[in-house]
Amino acid sequence: MTRKPPEPVEVVKSRREAALARLVAGVPYIGFLGARFDRRGDELTAILPFHPSLIGNPAIPALHGGATAAFLEVAAIIELAWSSLWQDMEAGRIDPAAETFPALPKTITFTVDYLRSGLPRDAYARATVTRRGRRYATVQVEAWQDNRAKPFAQAAAHFLMPEP
Amino acid sequence: MTERLIQARDVMQSLPHAQSLGMIVTETAEGSATITMPYDTRLIGDPATGVLHGGAISALMDTASGAAVMCHPSAPAATATLDLRIDYMRPATPGQTITARAVCHHVTRTVAFVRVTATDADESRPVAMGTGTFTLERPPA
Repeated sequence: MTRKPPEPVEVVKSRREAALARLVAGVPYIGFLGARFDRRGDELTAILPFHPSLIGNPAIPALHGGATAAFLEVAAIIELAWSSLWQDMEAGRIDPAAETFPALPKTITFTVDYLRSGLPRDAYARATVTRRGRRYATVQVEAWQDNRAKPFAQAAAHFLMPEP
Repeated sequence: MTERLIQARDVMQSLPHAQSLGMIVTETAEGSATITMPYDTRLIGDPATGVLHGGAISALMDTASGAAVMCHPSAPAATATLDLRIDYMRPATPGQTITARAVCHHVTRTVAFVRVTATDADESRPVAMGTGTFTLERPPA
């Protein structure tokens, strides 16, 4: 029996990076916020580098609750889209350079809990897809700053999946 | 408009993140506030349709809600969001300004309760609705 040799790691990595970059570039608002995504295998960490324009309360100073909510929402939606296209991407069925790319899920409801005030520092977020159905998906997302064990905000969201 | 409402408006208008999103406080009354955010291509969530990202609308609704708390007759010294739930009912029409109207309908000694609605030019069909709770810091007695 002959087995296909594994692909060189550079090929796998560059394909994954290209797909992620395409996904992120598809949302101009991510660029406006200044958020980025760090990838380790299939695990994504959203990063929001601190910028003075993200401040809501100059007296403390603290991050704007709206900026935090937007960051969590972006982290949730990219995680959901990324994990949804993973299998097709790994199988080489998705071309990151193609004209059309899978559509993003749409937010139905988004509930944010603010646990402590956001410091004027970089923030990180990781999302987990709790349930992925054909039409609806549920995602949990948590954001932290200096200490991973001390989240400053968390959110739960329901999304409408794009038509296949 | 009372001194207190003018002050609340000026505070909300000066927030750096609100300014970077182009928000304008158009109305403040006892326990309520209206804030607009003009359409901006940098805030697009889906380039195929030009529809604004939910995050930008969340930020607007959060700001309007906080403003409504600051405008409450109990004259809070400060407020912060505890939680905010937003239901997105339809995509905002590309090119149109979004308006968020928030009402702080109840306060306790420490917590404020808010309802908020976001509309585009078609005010009969809201784009999103939300409910939130906010911390309430009383001015020193």
